[in-house]
Amino acid sequence: MSAHSPIDQIEQPATFAFDAESEEQIAAILAKYPPERKASGTLPLLYVVQKQMGRQTGSAWVPRVAMDEIARRLEVAPIRVYEVATFYLMFNTRPIGRYHLQVCTTTSCWLRGSDDVVAACKKATGIAGFGQSSADGLFTLTEVECLGACANAPILQVDDDFYEDLDGPRTIELIEALRRGERPTPGPTIDRVSSAPEGGRKTLTDSPAKQG
Amino acid sequence: MVKVTVDGIVVDVPNGSSALQACEAAGKEIPRFCFHERLSVAGNCRMCLVQVVRAPKPVASCGFPVAEGMEILTDTEIVRKARRAVMEFLLINHPLDCPICDQGGECDLQDQAFGYGADHSRYQEAKRAVTDKYLGPLVKTVMTRCIQCTRCIRFATEIAGVPELGAVSRGENMEVTNYVEKALTSELSGNLIDICPVGALTSKPYAFTARPWELKRTDSIDVSDAVGANISLHVRGTAVLRAVPRVNDAVNEEWLADKGRFSVDGLKHRRLDRPWVRVHGKLQAVSWQDAFVAIGKRLEGVAGDRIGAIAGDLCDAESLLALKDLMTALGSPNIDCRQDGADYDLSHRAYYTFGTTIAGIEDADALLIVGSIPRQEAPVLNARIRKRFLAAGRGEFPIGLIGAPTADPTYKAELLGEGPEVLAALRDGTHPFAEVLKAAKTPMIIVGHGALTRPDARAILASTWALAAETGVVGAGWNGFNVLHRAASRVAGLDLGLVPGKGGRSAAGMMSGGVDVLWLLGADEFHTAQIGPQTFVIYQGHHGDAAAVRADVILPGATYAEKSGTYVNTEGRVQRSFRAVMPPGDAREDWRILRAFSEVVGHTLPYDTVEMLRERLATVNPVFRVIGGLDAVDASALPGPMGAGAVSSAPFRPVFDDYYQTDPICRASPTMGECSRIYVHPRTVAAE
Repeated sequence: MSAHSPIDQIEQPATFAFDAESEEQIAAILAKYPPERKASGTLPLLYVVQKQMGRQTGSAWVPRVAMDEIARRLEVAPIRVYEVATFYLMFNTRPIGRYHLQVCTTTSCWLRGSDDVVAACKKATGIAGFGQSSADGLFTLTEVECLGACANAPILQVDDDFYEDLDGPRTIELIEALRRGERPTPGPTIDRVSSAPEGGRKTLTDSPAKQG
Repeated sequence: MVKVTVDGIVVDVPNGSSALQACEAAGKEIPRFCFHERLSVAGNCRMCLVQVVRAPKPVASCGFPVAEGMEILTDTEIVRKARRAVMEFLLINHPLDCPICDQGGECDLQDQAFGYGADHSRYQEAKRAVTDKYLGPLVKTVMTRCIQCTRCIRFATEIAGVPELGAVSRGENMEVTNYVEKALTSELSGNLIDICPVGALTSKPYAFTARPWELKRTDSIDVSDAVGANISLHVRGTAVLRAVPRVNDAVNEEWLADKGRFSVDGLKHRRLDRPWVRVHGKLQAVSWQDAFVAIGKRLEGVAGDRIGAIAGDLCDAESLLALKDLMTALGSPNIDCRQDGADYDLSHRAYYTFGTTIAGIEDADALLIVGSIPRQEAPVLNARIRKRFLAAGRGEFPIGLIGAPTADPTYKAELLGEGPEVLAALRDGTHPFAEVLKAAKTPMIIVGHGALTRPDARAILASTWALAAETGVVGAGWNGFNVLHRAASRVAGLDLGLVPGKGGRSAAGMMSGGVDVLWLLGADEFHTAQIGPQTFVIYQGHHGDAAAVRADVILPGATYAEKSGTYVNTEGRVQRSFRAVMPPGDAREDWRILRAFSEVVGHTLPYDTVEMLRERLATVNPVFRVIGGLDAVDASALPGPMGAGAVSSAPFRPVFDDYYQTDPICRASPTMGECSRIYVHPRTVAAE
C-alpha cells in the first residue's frame, strides 16, 4: 500500500481553519522569514496543522483542505504544499491513531532487538502490519528509518517522544500505559541517564584531585 | 564568449552557456530527456553525461557551465558506458508496451534506447506500477511509462503558468500528479503531449488512431485565433488526424493553443459537401451550375447597392480578395470583414496591427492591456507575456489591466478598472499607473476587441493612441501600440480593404433588410435572426453552422486544411498554408467558387490560377509580397487614428464567454464540445 494512494479514497474533512493557538504559532513562524520568502514556512506550518488536528480530533494528520489553506496563506500553488507534505514521512496525509508508534528497524536498533519491539507493538495493539491502525483507533504502527539515537537502541518513538532501550515486555508495558491515558516519562526505560552507560559511569570514575 | 573544445572542434559560446549547448554548437548531438531549451534546467535524467577533461567523473552537460579552455569529450568509452548505465536504470521501471503505446515511433526513450539500450534486461524483480491520473479531456496519462523527467511539471509551472502538476512522495514512490484529479486549467495543455519524452502523456482524442509513420505532414497555419501559430497537419488518407505546432520563434515558439490543436476533429463533422438551393422553403441538393444560376437569377435587376457581402473569421486572403473583386464587379460598395462590429482606423497599418510584434514583447518593460483577455483570445501570445514577466523578475514588468476581472491571467497584473474612464485618468495623470508607463523605457499597450467592438471604438482607439504618444509607448525606435485581433482573417481583410466603400453599408447596416442579397463568406458569428426576412442569403462556407440554416443558397467551401491559403496574423505577418487534404464531396476552394460564379454572371474575375490571384493580392497591397517576414514600423511620426465622439462609461466586456466554441470548426468538434462542458459549463456535481 502506497503511503499516498489516490486522495479521493481517503475521507477528507470539508473545511479546515486554524485555531487561536495555531494562529499564534503561525505569527511566530512567519516572522522568521522575509515576506517574499514566506513559502519557507511550508514545513513548520504543516507541523502546526498536524498538531492542531491532533488536539482537535485525536488524529494528528494533514488533510487536503489544510494544505490548501497553507498554500493560500503562503501564496504558493497548492501542489507545492502537497509535494512537501508527501515527501516527508513525518506528515501523515491520512488519518492515524491517537498514538503514533514509530519503530526504528534500522541496523543498530535491529541488532539490539527491534524485532521484539515490533512484535510487542503488534501483540499489544492487535495491529497486523506496518502502516495500519488498531481496531480501537488508538494506535498506528509505522516502520521508520534511523532516529539518530543508536546508543539507546532499540527505540520506539511515540508521537514526538523517544522511548529508549526497550525490549518486548517493556514495550507492552508502555503501550498499556498509553492505553490508560498516561504518558510515561520519555527517555531510557532502563537504569541509564540520557546516553550515559548502563548502570552508571564506566570511565572517569576517579576525581582529578585524588590523582594528585 | 568562451572558447571550448568539443571532441577536438573549437567553438565559441556565450558566457554562462551549458556544456550541452557547447556540444550542440559543435554539431554533436547529446541525448537528453529532462533538458528542454525553453524550460529551466532540472538535471535529473542524467542521460546527457559527457566527459570533461580533468574532471573526475562524467558530468551532466545540461547543467554544467562552460569555462574558458574546457575540453569536452562526447564519444568516449566512459561516456558510452555511463549513458548505457543510465539507460538501463531508466528502462528498469519502464514497461515494455511500445506496441500499444501512442508515443511509439516518436518516442525519445525508444529512439535513445536504440542507441544506448542493452539487448536484454538484467532486472529480475517486480516492476513499478503507477496509477494513471486524470488531467482532463485532452491529455491521456499512462503514468507507469513516466520516467520522471519533470518536463511537464516545469512546463505547467513556467510556460503555461498553471502550477497544478507536481511530484508527490519520493524515491520509488514518487509520482507526477496534480494530486486532486481535476482537469488542467490551461489553454496550452496540449503542449504537455509534445513535451513528454515518453508515452506517459499522450493525446486523449488521438489515442490509438495512427502511427507517426503512416502520416503525411503538411505545413499549415492555425486559424483558431489571430496569432497565426505555425502548425503541421498530420493526415492519413482523407482525414486530418492531428495538428502539431512547428517551431517559429517569431510567432509561436513551439507551442500551440488547445483550440488549434484539438479542434481538427471538427473538420470532418457537419460539413457542407454539396450545393443546396432553397425551393419553397426547403433546401434541395443541386449541382454547382444550378446553384450559380439560382443566384444569378435572383441578382437580375438588383441594384449594386442592394447587394452585400460579409466575410467570416477563418477566410484566407485569396477568397477575401476574390469576394471583394466580385462585389466591386457587381457594383456593390457593401462589404465587410468585421462581423463582430469592430471598428478601426485603416489609414495606417500601425493602427490595427500588433506593432510590438510577438517576439518584441520580450523587449517591453511595462504593459497595459485594454479590453482584452489574452489568455483566452491568444493563449500562445499570453505565454509570451508570461515569459517576459518571468524573465523580468519580481516587479520589473508591471502589467495593468482595464477590463472585466477574469480568472488568473497567469501573471501578476493590476486591475486598474473596468471601463474607458481609466484611459482618461491615465491621460490626465490622476491614475498612478500613468507614472509606471512614463517611467518605462519600452512600454506597450494591447488593445483588444473588448474595446474595439463597441460603438465608441474609434474614440477609444484614438484616446489609447494619444495615451501611447504621451507616455512614450510609441516613439522613435519603439512601437508599443498593439491591437490584438481574435479572428485569423481580420488583418488580411483590413489590408485588402474589406470594409464598406463610399456610401456602403457595414455588416450591421446589411441586417434587417439593409440589402436584398447577402453573400456570407463563412460568416457565422452573429445572430442570423437579424438578417431581414426578405433578404436572399448566400452562404459560402464549410460547416453547417448558424448561417447555413438561414441560407437560401449554400455553396460548399473548403476549410483551412483543404486549401493553400494566405493568412495575416495580428502582427501583420503574412503566412502561407498548404493543402493537406481535398475538400469533401463537391466542396471547392473558396476563391475558385467566387471565380466560377463571376463567370456565370458575366463579370469574370481576372485570375485563373492561384498564382495570378496572389499576384493580384500583392498589387492590391504590397505587404502580401513578403511571406513570413515582418518589417518594423516606425510609428513615432504618425498622427494617430482618427476618432471623435463621446466615450461611453460602460465597462469592457470579454470578447467571448466560451474559449472552446468560437468558430464553426470548433463548434463541430466533439473534443471542443467536451472541453466546453468540462471547463466552461461544469455541471454541478451533487455532494456525495
